[in-house]
Parts: sequence; C-alpha cells; structure tokens
Amino acid sequence: MLHIPLLRHGVSYRSLDEAHVPHHRTGQPFVAVSQANVGLIRRDLLPSHQAAARRALATLSAEHLLAICQEAADRFLHGTLPIGDDQQTPQDYIEQVSATTGMPYVLARRNMGRIADVLLQMRQIIGGLTRQLGLPVLDTGVGEVAGQVLSFFPRTQALAVVLPSNSPGVHALWTPAVPLKTPLVLKPGSAELWTPFRIAQAFIASGCPVEAFSYYPSDHAGAGEIIRQCGRSMFFGDASSVGIFGGDPRVELHGPGYTKILIGSDQIERWTDHLDLMVASIADNGGRSCVNASGIWVPARGREIAEALASRLAAIVPREADDPEARIAPFTDPRVATWVDNQIEAGLREPGAIDLTAGHRRGPRAVQEHGCTYMLPTIVYCDSPGHPLANREFLFPFASVVEMGPEEMARLPEAMGPTLVVTALTSDRGLLERLIASSLVDRLNVGPIATNQIAWDQPHEGNLFEHLYARRAFQQTAPARVSATGSAA
Amino acid sequence: MPVSTDAVAAREALDRWTREIVQWHFDPATGAPFWLEYASRLDWDPRLEVRTYDDLAKFGAFQDDWLRGGPVRRWVPKAYVGRPVSLFETGGSTGVPKSRISVEDFRTDYEQFSETLPDWAFPAGGDWLAIGPTGPRRLRLAVEHLAQHRGGICFMVDLDPRWVIKLIKRRAFDEAERYKQHVIDQALTLLRAHDTIRCLFTTPKLLEALCEKVSLRKIGITGVFCGGTEMTPQFHRFAVEELLEGVYFAPTYGNTLMGLAVHKPVVPEDNYAVIYYPPSPRAMMEVVDPDRPDRVVAYGETGRVRLTTLTKEFFMPRLLERDEAEREPPCERYPWDGVRNVRPFSRFQATVVEGVY
Repeated sequence: MLHIPLLRHGVSYRSLDEAHVPHHRTGQPFVAVSQANVGLIRRDLLPSHQAAARRALATLSAEHLLAICQEAADRFLHGTLPIGDDQQTPQDYIEQVSATTGMPYVLARRNMGRIADVLLQMRQIIGGLTRQLGLPVLDTGVGEVAGQVLSFFPRTQALAVVLPSNSPGVHALWTPAVPLKTPLVLKPGSAELWTPFRIAQAFIASGCPVEAFSYYPSDHAGAGEIIRQCGRSMFFGDASSVGIFGGDPRVELHGPGYTKILIGSDQIERWTDHLDLMVASIADNGGRSCVNASGIWVPARGREIAEALASRLAAIVPREADDPEARIAPFTDPRVATWVDNQIEAGLREPGAIDLTAGHRRGPRAVQEHGCTYMLPTIVYCDSPGHPLANREFLFPFASVVEMGPEEMARLPEAMGPTLVVTALTSDRGLLERLIASSLVDRLNVGPIATNQIAWDQPHEGNLFEHLYARRAFQQTAPARVSATGSAA
Repeated sequence: MPVSTDAVAAREALDRWTREIVQWHFDPATGAPFWLEYASRLDWDPRLEVRTYDDLAKFGAFQDDWLRGGPVRRWVPKAYVGRPVSLFETGGSTGVPKSRISVEDFRTDYEQFSETLPDWAFPAGGDWLAIGPTGPRRLRLAVEHLAQHRGGICFMVDLDPRWVIKLIKRRAFDEAERYKQHVIDQALTLLRAHDTIRCLFTTPKLLEALCEKVSLRKIGITGVFCGGTEMTPQFHRFAVEELLEGVYFAPTYGNTLMGLAVHKPVVPEDNYAVIYYPPSPRAMMEVVDPDRPDRVVAYGETGRVRLTTLTKEFFMPRLLERDEAEREPPCERYPWDGVRNVRPFSRFQATVVEGVY
C-alpha cells in the first residue's frame, strides 16, 4: 500500500503508528499515513530547532525564494515528485486526491492549476500583502517607503497550519510563508493529505531548504500541540473546533464562511443579469469552499430567484470521478450525508422555508450513485433572515435565498451575521458604506464578482504578512546605516 | 503451536496455586468476608470444585462495581486481621475509583519485579526519583519500596491525574501544560540538587516533558522504569531512539488490582511492540472475545484484557479491564501468555480520558 511519511524538518520518517485512509467508494484502505506522536512533535518544535529551520530559509534572499516559487509551480503542476518510497505523477496526484476526498478529477485538476497560479504570481501576492514594501525589507528587516524608514521583525520562527480536507485550493493560502521566510509546520486534513505533501516536495525539488517543511499527520492532540509550539498559526475547522482558539491573537482562524451575495433594492429588478454569477458562486468547486455562496440575500423577488436557481442547479447530477462534466463530489462518509440531510429536513419543517429543488428531483436529496452517496444541489427559499435555514453552510451546493423586509435591510450587515465574502450588487451608497465599515464582513466584492473569485494579493481572513511580522520603531545614525539592499554595514 | 515443557510446568504451577488460593479465601478461618458471604449464596463449594485455573470460569465475570465503595474491610482476609492494611485506589478515570486492600502484596510484587531489572541500569544503592501519580495510588508506596529494596532512597514529585483529567475535559489545555511544567520543574530541581539519583520512575508523557529540559544521561540517570498509562510502539521507539541516549528503558503495565507486568526484553523482530507478561501465578492477563468474554482469542488476535489476581491478600477472578490488546504466545523467559500493545478498549474510547499524564 502507498505510504505517506512524516516530514521532520524535511526529513522523511516512517512512524510505527499508521492511519489507513480508505478509498471513498470502496471503503478499502487506500493509503497508509504515518502518524506523529505528540512527544515527537514537541521535540521537533523545540525553540532551537525552529530557529535553525528559520535560519536555513532566511539564508536565501527573498528574490531567490520567489524564483523557487516559480520553479515549484512548474514542478507542482507537471513534475514527478517523491511520495514516501514511491513517485507521484500529476495524474497520480489527481486520482489520489479524488480517491480519499471524492472530488472529481476535473475539480482536483482545476484546484491544482489554481495553486500553481498562486505560486507563479507570488511576486504580486507578496507585494499586495506587504503593501509594496519591496523585497529587500524581507532580507534586512529595514526598508523605506516614500522617504520613511520602516523596520519589521518576525513574530514567529514557524507558521503552524492545521488544514482541512474540503478542497485542495485552500493550500494556496499558506504558500506565501515561504518567500516571507517562515518555515511551515503542516498538519494535513485526515482525507486530503496529498496537496500539502506535494507542494512541499515541489518546493524542496526547486531548491528550497528542506528544513522549511515539517508535515505531521496526527490526531487532535497533535494538532493542538503544533499550534501551542508555534508562535503563529492558521487553523481551519468547523465552528466548534475554531472556538477553542477564539481570542488567541497567535492563531488565525478559518471557520465556516457563510458567504453571501447581497442584492440591493436598486438592483433587484435586474436579478436575471446576475443568475450566472449566483450559480457559479454557489456551485463551483462542488460547493465545497468557504468562498462558495450559501446565501442570496434580497429585498424582494426571492421566490422567483430561488425558482430560477433551482432550475439551473438541478442540471447538476452525480457523475463518475473521471467524467469531465462532473461538478459535485460524493460524501466520503455516508453518515455525514445523512446527518446533513436530516438537518435540512428539520429546518424545512419550520414554517417559512421551502426546498425549491425538490420539484426538480425525482427522489430524495441524498442519493446513491456510482457506488457513492451524493447530496443533490439544494436551493431553499426563506421568507425571513430569522429562519433556521437562512444562514447555514454545508459541504455541497446548498444556498438559501433569504427575503428581507425594509427593517432587516436597514439592519444590514448585522442582519447577515459574520460573513467571509459578501458580493454586494448595489450602488446604494449608504449600504456600501455600512458594509465597508463593518467588522462582520471579511472580503467585500462590490459589483458582479463571483464570491469564489479570489484576488490573491488581497488578505484572506487576515493578512499573512501582518500575522507573521510586526513593525518596530527604527532610527539610525549615518555611520551605522542598514541598507535596504544589503546587510548591516 | 507446540507447548514447551516450561509452559506445561508453569500451567501446573498455576493450577496448584489456584487451588491453594481458593482454599484460603473460602476457608472461614482465613478468607475475606466478601468471599465467605459470596460462597454462602452458592449452590456449589469453590473449595471442592475449583481444581484448575480454568475452573475459575465457575465464578463468571468479576464485577468491578464490587470494588467501588465500602465497606473495604470486607476484602481483608481474616488471616490478616490486626495487620496494618493499606488501601490503594485506581486512577478514577472511569468514575468512582475502585479500591483494593494490601498488606504485603505491593512489596512482594515489586521485589519480584526488581529481579527483572539489570543492576548496571538500576544500581544497588542508587537513589530514585519517582515523578507521577502518588496519593492513593499503589505507586506511591511501591516505587519507594522498590528503591529501598535495592538499597536506595526515593525522592518523590506528585502529579494528580484526576485534576489533569478535569482540565482536559474542560479543554483547559494551557492550564494542563502549566501544571505539567510545574511537575517537571520540581523534578529538575531534585535532579540538579541530588547527584546520587540514578534511577527514575515516571509516566510516558512526563518522560517526554523531562527529556525536553535535560539529558537524562548527562545528569546521571542510568535506568528508567516507565508506566502508569498507555504506551504505544511508536512511543517506545521514540523513547529509545530519541529521548534516552542509551539509558535503560523498562516499560511496564501495572495496575492497582493486578500487580505489575514485566516487559519482554526488546528484540528487533518485535519492532518495538510493547509486550508484557503477568507475574504468574500471582496474577494472569488473558485476551478474550469482547462479545464472549469466556472465550480466550487465538494468538495474535485482538480482544479485551481480562485480569485475574491470585494472592492470599486479594482474590479477583476474571475482571474485564478497560483495555484491549493482542494475545501474545509464551516466550522463553515467561512461559505463559502475554499481551501485546495494550491500549484503551476501543468501544469505550468516547468516554474515557486516558493517557493524559
């Protein structure tokens, strides 16, 4: 059986404790994954070991690291890379991601391209995250913008990332840490083990110091230990698990998105112009991303919009994993599909909501096809934001079309609650000002921009540069000048 | 699998010892009130019908609730009335702790265990440091007795596992970490202040934490006796390869109710599997079918651990433990059944907080 080892500062290690991850369709063990014991994690992440890894990475200039990103993009997309004692071609990778997550090949391949794009565009991304400070500041800690001296210092020796299994694209978020000279300590999701390992191998093959990558498949205790031992972390999880770290500034939380499209009163009569945008926002990538819309919030025409969306989404049906037309993924655990279905049915029993996709289906929402359990796309119309289904998010194309009264419109964005992405289709200046001023909105798209259309030079649930670096006051006399292009004189 | 001469002899010794213990505990002159009262309700006489170890099946499964609550004196054999009695409790991770009385058993068990320790690693006259659960646990007196038996003096640092379990249950991980560091800090102070300390008893997690702060070899430790919680093959390997720097490692599986099981000497073909043998005939560990606990599984098969304790102080036939393991065949040194890779019983895992200290 294929085996994925740990990476201990880049060095492969086969643990005696292995988890066997099944193929989503057959249920048979597909890959053995070494598991890191907590003591091993703690020992590897002792401060002196973290500092050594950072030194190894920081030896290279930011310019050099950007060149490595370019090469890594190519290797990630086209190269044959090590995986344990085996080799992994790009097609192997796609089929392996599909095997343990259920994601169709076509979606896995699209995510692969997206990650490679991020690596290729890393210069622009770093420029966006640092507000064009210039690369030398990452080498010397000192830079100059508009005649003003700026100095930054790293807040941490390593970035811990506790990852999800929903979609490979999410891994693009941590890759800027490499040119930001911060080693990575990765705890992969239990089913999506492939992408972080392949990215790490692509970087290493491109000349990145091996010490920059630690990879520790582990249990919850291991994940917690990784976060405790690193000065800065990114944590991906559901609402209950992210709550453990709420209020800890060292941890950047990535929980449910509750992403929404908001149509203002001034645009609602033109809603048909935005139907394609709404369909794409809900259903692209199988509806598995936090940036997929789970709500369409409108002041009127809600029922008509829901009917139109239901008609369009009903065309999405289960297909084989290798079908190029496949657009949704099965649930790897049928019990989760049953739980989700029960949640939706329980919500529908509350007055004020109706499943408009039900009329387009020939049977239940949860179906068995191709030996797997799928949830068919679902559009629910809710007559008020207070309905239990108005603000839910599930791991398949599901959205509620929520109709608001004038009072609720006036309470926007508070009425929507915390929202990762809001695409605002309105020219209402007052509403836009409230959205811009609100802490409840993380990403704001003004105009017809799909919720899942990401500008990678924009921060996503926090600015990674600001998470990893802090600014200090800095003054210097002429003889001791630290150059923005060289080391201390 | 052919049965060796040693295994046959060991089995005969076990049968003889079983008869002697049953005679003792069901004799009105020597037995414990619990068993004498129990026998009065039977329509058969244990002293007549228990001829072999397998005959203990007539008792059915021992109910661990019998050990929760009092009166504890019902467990004191009449032959020991008037002797100083110690009371030991289990960790308490499954509710009200089980308790067991002891007069000399803990000393006997640990003196027997002492015979398995190499003198170069646990030198005569070397002092000990015990870091781990004390309080009502048997370890408190037993490790100290082990040290004294080998001519040493035992320093102690306490850890309260019940408090740690509460911290974990309310997800106060930082507080649990600070408590662990508090324990380790005390241990470091003792190690640095007393260069006569050569031998260490501690739990797996405390061993990891201690080795983050100090090189055991450099500070003079030559032998580590480790137990108290689950130990995985991966931990065993990690300890040997990365923590101990050649310091001798003696993993053990013990509990208040049974005594102390000894680790099989490490051989490469076992690949760091943690294999224990009980102190037959004073106690036995078997691996049984969880759904038919009267059936011992085949060698190599997984099942639930069943304990039997056979001493003159304590008779406990066929207690189903909260652990599972693989059944291990006898080895040259221990010609009776052992257990491999003991871990929490998977059907209980949702409710038991284990291995936290």
